[in-house]
Amino acid sequence: MNIAIAVDDIPQEALTGASEAGPAPKRAVVAYGFWIFLLSDIVMFSALFASYAVLVRSTAGGPTGAQLFNQVTVAIETGCLLVSSYTCGLMSLAINSRRRLGTYSGALITFALGAAFLTLEIREFASMIAIGATPERSAFLSAFFTLVGCHGLHVTLGLIWLVVMMVQVAVMGFVPAVQRRLLCFSLFWHALDIVWVALFTVVYLMGVSP
Amino acid sequence: MTEARHERAPGDRPTREMQAWAPSEFLVYTIGLFVALLLTATSFWAANTTLLWPGGVFLGLAVLAIAQMGIHLVFFLHVTTGPESTNNVLALAFGVLIVFVVVAGSMWIMADMNQNMLMPSAGPMNMRMQH
Repeated sequence: MNIAIAVDDIPQEALTGASEAGPAPKRAVVAYGFWIFLLSDIVMFSALFASYAVLVRSTAGGPTGAQLFNQVTVAIETGCLLVSSYTCGLMSLAINSRRRLGTYSGALITFALGAAFLTLEIREFASMIAIGATPERSAFLSAFFTLVGCHGLHVTLGLIWLVVMMVQVAVMGFVPAVQRRLLCFSLFWHALDIVWVALFTVVYLMGVSP
Repeated sequence: MTEARHERAPGDRPTREMQAWAPSEFLVYTIGLFVALLLTATSFWAANTTLLWPGGVFLGLAVLAIAQMGIHLVFFLHVTTGPESTNNVLALAFGVLIVFVVVAGSMWIMADMNQNMLMPSAGPMNMRMQH
């Protein structure tokens, strides 16, 4: 305990490394924990990607990716998600400078683009199921619906989270706890966009190209 | 001064004292958006064109996707090589390693097993399968 007292006596300027500067700020600790969660989430996605890559040729005489996928829809979905990631970044700038109007408008555009992405994806799934390309048709379609559906589920959860955060900003204001949660949300949203980059390349572009 | 010595939270921008000249944060996001859009457009073009040798398109698409993920990490998630984000980068590197092992390992093993199933040879693996 003498050591602890001695450390407290050292002036802050004399400290040289992160380990000697005392415990890290809570913002860094919380965001680091969420960063670990995101990486484990991406590891889970990698298992789904692996199963898709293994099963992509197992169509069991059913429709193949080249017959099912519509590239125009995928391009619009990609654009929606990319621009929503950008507006989410602009929203986090508004949060850091505590501008309410910028935060709300950034959240609104992010939500609208995310909802547009989700609507297009659900319509795509519905049109595939309507022509008999259901998850139980072939191993390829099971893997496809699991992988893309899991990403869609993440987007849905992100949209719900965004609404909850806006309610918290409205009720509690920019208190540190809300700011930390908003930082975690923006990490989550950017990570979803990174997963989508891998997804549209592996599933839609590599599946369609000759 | 003490702030800069701590680990930085993932997703936070580097503090201003660390750099002699730092571009505005708005500019960073906007550059990231345009580079990402350019890479996406190139991916879609490469997948649909007949100008390129089809065998090379797969590799090209993979390179473009990895480049775009890097752009997202640097411009949107602000991952840097600075000393204050060492922990974030190390965790990321471990995640990438696991992803690579899972995906490449699965594809390799399953392709190998497919080959064994299609072309029966006198290997011990196939002998066992015939029983």
